[in-house]
Amino acid sequence: MEEPAKNIEDLSRTLVRVLDDDHEAKGPWDPSLDKGILLKALRYMVLTRAYDDRMQRVQRQGKISFYIQSLGEEAISIGQGLALEPGDMLFPSYRNQGLFILRGTELVDLMCQCLSNTGDMCKGRQMPIMYQDPARNIFSISGNLATQFPQAVGWAMGSAIKGEKHIAASWVGDGSTAEADFHYALTFAAVYQPPVILNVVNNQWAISSFQGFAGGERRSFAARGLGLGIPGIRVDGNDLLAIYAATRWAAERARSGHGPTLIEHVTYRGGAHSTSDDPSRYRPKDEWAAFPLGDPMDRLVQHLVKLGYWTDQEHTALEAEMKTVVDDAWKEAVSFGTMTEPPFLGADLMFEDVFKEMPDHLKKQRDELMELSGETS
Amino acid sequence: MSQMNMIQAINSAHDLIMEKDPTVVVLGEDVGYFGGVFRCTDGLQKKYGEHRVIDAPIAEGGIIGTAIGMGVNGLRPVAEIQFADYIYPGFDQIVSELARLRYRSGGEFFSPVTIRTPCGGGIRGGQTHSQSPEGIFAHISGIKTVMPSNPYDAKGLLISAIESDDPVVFFEPKRIYNGPFDGDPDKPGVSWSSHPMGEVPEDYFNVPLGKAAVVEEGDELTIICYGTIVHVAQAAARLTGVRAEIIDLRTLFPLDVDTLIKSVEKTGRCLVAHEATRFCGYGAELVSTVQQECFWHLEAPIERVAGWDTPYPHAFEWKYFPGQKRVAAGIRKVMEAG
Repeated sequence: MEEPAKNIEDLSRTLVRVLDDDHEAKGPWDPSLDKGILLKALRYMVLTRAYDDRMQRVQRQGKISFYIQSLGEEAISIGQGLALEPGDMLFPSYRNQGLFILRGTELVDLMCQCLSNTGDMCKGRQMPIMYQDPARNIFSISGNLATQFPQAVGWAMGSAIKGEKHIAASWVGDGSTAEADFHYALTFAAVYQPPVILNVVNNQWAISSFQGFAGGERRSFAARGLGLGIPGIRVDGNDLLAIYAATRWAAERARSGHGPTLIEHVTYRGGAHSTSDDPSRYRPKDEWAAFPLGDPMDRLVQHLVKLGYWTDQEHTALEAEMKTVVDDAWKEAVSFGTMTEPPFLGADLMFEDVFKEMPDHLKKQRDELMELSGETS
Repeated sequence: MSQMNMIQAINSAHDLIMEKDPTVVVLGEDVGYFGGVFRCTDGLQKKYGEHRVIDAPIAEGGIIGTAIGMGVNGLRPVAEIQFADYIYPGFDQIVSELARLRYRSGGEFFSPVTIRTPCGGGIRGGQTHSQSPEGIFAHISGIKTVMPSNPYDAKGLLISAIESDDPVVFFEPKRIYNGPFDGDPDKPGVSWSSHPMGEVPEDYFNVPLGKAAVVEEGDELTIICYGTIVHVAQAAARLTGVRAEIIDLRTLFPLDVDTLIKSVEKTGRCLVAHEATRFCGYGAELVSTVQQECFWHLEAPIERVAGWDTPYPHAFEWKYFPGQKRVAAGIRKVMEAG
């Protein structure tokens, strides 16, 4: 754990795995998780997938404008969320809904955000999936790529300045490593050694361009920090146990003053980039099925079955239970309104929160709009 | 009271606020051990330590991005961008993140970052050390934009900026760091000691954001300006003998519209002057506002004097800079019209 980056460079070249092809936990990275944690991980992975499935379908029904699934990548948010402490600050990307779900953000709140309705935490200002949860230490999702990376580093610098033990973690995709913000984050992390975990979720695809367009064919993304002396570790991103172990290792490094770690999670984007995307135009339909690292949920299930902790019947029951949880949440969420059904947000909300206090010209513009729409604010 | 130039006034503002509020941190290129290329943060690292006065890598996007994260973590960061001309690598972090964090999160997150940056020409800086990009920032919803014209205001406004829970971009006209400049490069430089606004309280005080100052009263013409041009406009008005009311905006956003209206309703004539380029410049907003609010009081078209719409040229600096002659010509044009 205390090794400098140069002595552990091989971690950025190999693929850290715990679950082998026979679904058994093997090797030095086995975190030896107890049954309770494993079942909790599975439960939240199933819930995340059920949530995604429902939201994908309501988008198709025209109830929300847009959606982004995390299909095939659930183990990353759930495994890392379990490995981090509640006081650690998370700076998610747009495919990290599992972090919110694991930390206990109500599904109704996530749904209301997607609906831009009267229960929307963002007050109708953000596209669907741009959640936040300050009470659970999860930052606001931007929509611009990689901007949260240097912010997470700054947050971690703040933690060190204040003498606190909380660490920060952030996520970008393989494609976004090309952004300047990724490199700013790495440079500042290398210079100041703040307690931060920087994650690259390499799901092979940046909308239509494969990870080679971010330079992924030359060297691994995990190796991006080595030139700066930041240790990198390349992990099987469909192996919940490996993800948990690597995150735990990086978190302990950070918490004990050994600075930043870059983790690459090798996974596969199971669905389209978003509901606005059609992957059949640029990749084979059966590519995911041929992906050698499989489906993270199936792999965890097989592992649990092998350990005697789980049965197919129990799994079917869990999926049905989670579907009901999601269905119930959706019924409650739409009671706060949809884009086509009342109650609607008041348009005067548009003018709030631009500044802490509303300046005069915004009050005038608000009044002008309200008068035109025959409303009063 | 004490004699201070603008650099000392800015330094004093940092010192007082850092002493008062332990969450204030300073970061930027060369700001720590060295004390800043213009010396605005001189001595602060020695006094407050490396954890509060942080030398940063040469990466403006990283400086602003990490400052935002520190702000989210309860600190109150003051980021120095060494020259306004260097701010663009951080532009996305300012526009897409800093300015909109409060809005996009429904008021649940904010980051009270102040970005200080020296701007303007007249120092032989060529096109990469002379720009006045304030109009670009005033155009963005969610940030406040400030430019003082003297040491007293620099200190008082900077304290207000740092204390503000809204992000502020604080432009420092570097030509007048050491003394007021009336636009005549052939005259020997003068120091702030001969100027009343070089008298600055040593203790804490503030100048509120969003309030303009009437620096000279007059009844024939209103000149709206800010930064270095305030001093140029005063000299140009004297040159023409016109009794001009000169308004120093001090804060570009939020704009103190009431002070402008009151003055133009009295004078009936208006000239807008700034160093920045003219096309889509901040002056266009001023002209539009005055036209809309004071149309029936206007006796002549509003005149605009600005930098030419070219990059800032090294060899032709004084042909580019809107100096006394150009401002005086603008004054005569407004006075002769109508």
